[in-house]
Amino acid sequence: MPERQTIVIPTRRQFLVVAGGLAVTSTVLPLAASRPAAATPDTMAAAIRDFIGEATVRDGKVKLDLPPLVENGNSVSLNVTVDSPMTEADHVKSIAVFNEKNPQPNVLHFHLGPRSGKASVSTRIRLADSQRVVAIAQLSDGSFWSDSVDVIVTLVACLETL
Amino acid sequence: MARALVNVPAKAKRGAVIEIKALISHPMETGYRHDESGHVYPRDIINRFVCTYNGVVVFQADLFPAVAANPFLSFFTVATESGVLALSWTGDDGRTQVETANITVE
Repeated sequence: MPERQTIVIPTRRQFLVVAGGLAVTSTVLPLAASRPAAATPDTMAAAIRDFIGEATVRDGKVKLDLPPLVENGNSVSLNVTVDSPMTEADHVKSIAVFNEKNPQPNVLHFHLGPRSGKASVSTRIRLADSQRVVAIAQLSDGSFWSDSVDVIVTLVACLETL
Repeated sequence: MARALVNVPAKAKRGAVIEIKALISHPMETGYRHDESGHVYPRDIINRFVCTYNGVVVFQADLFPAVAANPFLSFFTVATESGVLALSWTGDDGRTQVETANITVE
């Protein structure tokens, strides 16, 4: 068999076997190392900083809708609505959604304009853990507004084996 | 090509705000999943979605692995004139799929 470069990650079963105190012959990494570099509140803050630059974010105008209790993190319906007249002079330029504990802090970036008519977008996302999700909207005057929701996830997404 | 569902109203009043819904079948493989033996499935996602209305971009989205499989998007636009809405999805592999829908504005 040809040599293949693979990343060995213990499965949940292997970990449980080790945790149970049974001898396993294969080398098993601790669970903490088995997870890919996860986003943290700090990396989320960095991703938000990338999006807003030096500007400050104020609460309000944005309404982020997520179910507070999520049974299946693989598909979570999300809606972001921004209170804006969506005219040439005053409209939402973009909306970005961030999370704290998925492997990556970015979820989605939407680009809107006066032709959107209404600043409301819906989609379905993945959540790898119970965490805070943040939506930030950039208005045409350069100001940033945000809303956040804390969600509890009972079945997590992204990291499980097939 | 992947199956795509596009929902655009066939008729609208001039100036009305219409909702557009788009769904495409795609696994949105995150690059973080692995099988029992530890082999990691390489990342393969749709990373960009663009909607044009008679050639003018009215909505764009950058997608990340945190978007669920078979990505669904719903958004709004103003029915300005009769014509064609073109929705395009671009994947990590560089392939783009375009679906079009006609709209009659009265």
